[in-house]
Amino acid sequence: MIKLGVPSKGRLMEKTFDWFAKRGIALSRSGSDREYAGHVDGVDGVALVLLSAGEIPRELGTGRIDLGVTGTDLLHERLPLWERQVEPLAQLGFGRADLVIAVPMVWDDVDSTDDLDAVAAAFRARHGMRLRVATKYHRLVREFLRDAGVADYAIVDSQGATEGTVANETAEVIADITSSGETLRANHLKILSDGLILQSQATLWRSRVASGDRAVLAGFLGHIGI
Amino acid sequence: MNRPKAFELRARFEAAGATIVEPPVLQPAETLLDLYGEDIRARAYVTSDALRGEQMLRPDFTVPVVQMHMAEGAEPARYTYAGKIFRRQEEDPDRANEYFQVGFEVFDRTNPAAADAEVFAAIHDCVKHLTVEAATGDIGILLAAVKGLKTSERRKAALLRHIWRPRRFRALLDRFSGRTPVPSARKALLSGTRSGAPMIGLRSAAEIAARIEALRDDAEEGPISAYEMEAIDTLLTVRETLPFALDRLKDLTVDFHSIAGAVETFAKRTSALLDAGIDIDALMFEASYGRTSLEYYDGFVFGFSATERPDLPLVATGGRYDALTRRLGMGAEIPAVGGVLRPDLIAMLEAS
Repeated sequence: MIKLGVPSKGRLMEKTFDWFAKRGIALSRSGSDREYAGHVDGVDGVALVLLSAGEIPRELGTGRIDLGVTGTDLLHERLPLWERQVEPLAQLGFGRADLVIAVPMVWDDVDSTDDLDAVAAAFRARHGMRLRVATKYHRLVREFLRDAGVADYAIVDSQGATEGTVANETAEVIADITSSGETLRANHLKILSDGLILQSQATLWRSRVASGDRAVLAGFLGHIGI
Repeated sequence: MNRPKAFELRARFEAAGATIVEPPVLQPAETLLDLYGEDIRARAYVTSDALRGEQMLRPDFTVPVVQMHMAEGAEPARYTYAGKIFRRQEEDPDRANEYFQVGFEVFDRTNPAAADAEVFAAIHDCVKHLTVEAATGDIGILLAAVKGLKTSERRKAALLRHIWRPRRFRALLDRFSGRTPVPSARKALLSGTRSGAPMIGLRSAAEIAARIEALRDDAEEGPISAYEMEAIDTLLTVRETLPFALDRLKDLTVDFHSIAGAVETFAKRTSALLDAGIDIDALMFEASYGRTSLEYYDGFVFGFSATERPDLPLVATGGRYDALTRRLGMGAEIPAVGGVLRPDLIAMLEAS
């Protein structure tokens, strides 16, 4: 027996189901819409586990599931040592998004992380607090800004509607996922020229620590052409 | 085996005249965040309660010891402590996230060179029976070199802010000296291109205008000369035993007058180390040493590494941190120098 973890709702779930369907595996949610149990048809020995996309990295990392579908962004954020814990098997071609740093469009003097750092120093001197960066990707953003040599900023947690934090004056800068950049533009924000932290898309991962049946796993991966 | 080793080491410093201090494990996060910025969150464990707000499990003893001394200490003072510190480890699961640290801190303004030598010798004494090698540096020389550059105060301030981030420091130097070309976005900005976007957020139109003005001034200012850049580059590559390093640094002062005072400090320390019984002919000096550590060392810096175990963290580290006392004391400065030991590593090396 092996366990396959798949996002439990929304477009991510539907597109994942479609991706497997094209490869002869029918995934389905059993019972009512509220029930998070699932079926796998087309292959034996595989159990479907429906989970929030944000929990799938942790389940892969601890080996409670053998395979899982989730975005690169969430996986890298939640598993600092991801290369040791999981192996990417296939990029699924949907759920594409970039994790980027964005600042107000009106900041004509800011184009790069270089400028951002200079502005952070001046902002702290002027306002007595560090420049606030709203994001839910604390670890990835901190690592990125450290490597870019940006100092005098503070991360403030934002789990949703992050683009609105600047206008609401709860942050000066944001780091968030964007696919077309439209929401950023609508909120009068622009991406720094060197502000791309990560390119993400839905990916099928194999847990390196899970102990599911190897023969079943090999058979399943063969079936979907990996 | 680490706890007895820790208290044994502390007893040695106590016997040498240091007072034992025991700072709390939980430290107010705000002070540490102010000092170290967001990076400290990747290094320290944060917790909180509704009354005191965010607290950190102490990532080192230096900050609480300085605060304690400034609040109630009389000068001169010598302190020692032994206790656990806590460091988040997100990159290497084999590194300990809690371990004992034993330290010795000296607050004495009468003779800084002697205080530097006293701390180095005291730490050296605890590890000299092991196969370790020492390296030393002096951030003060680099600070003096930057302060003496013939360029604007604004550029110097930017460079000084990034002394402890070598990559950003280098990028700034390259830009200020014209080694890297002006980015096209900057050119467009200076030629008057504006987005006309609506004003949002806390950073005001006046602040944006002030920075554009500053960038305009900067663009009109000439580059840092190739001559000064060469002197900085030469300085950063000095890597010799103490007596040879002193010769090279003295040679550099001929062209680079601003470092003369700092080199004199280095010379005094070198003779104080000799007086303290240190074999200065075998002691290495590296001009760039100590620039990537978390601490605010701004003068003498040193570290001891296990020669046969390059995989281990440093067995002992230390340095002078006058700037830290300035920041924590809101202007009141107390010259301070200290060093810390890792009893767990010492015990491990003794057993091997």
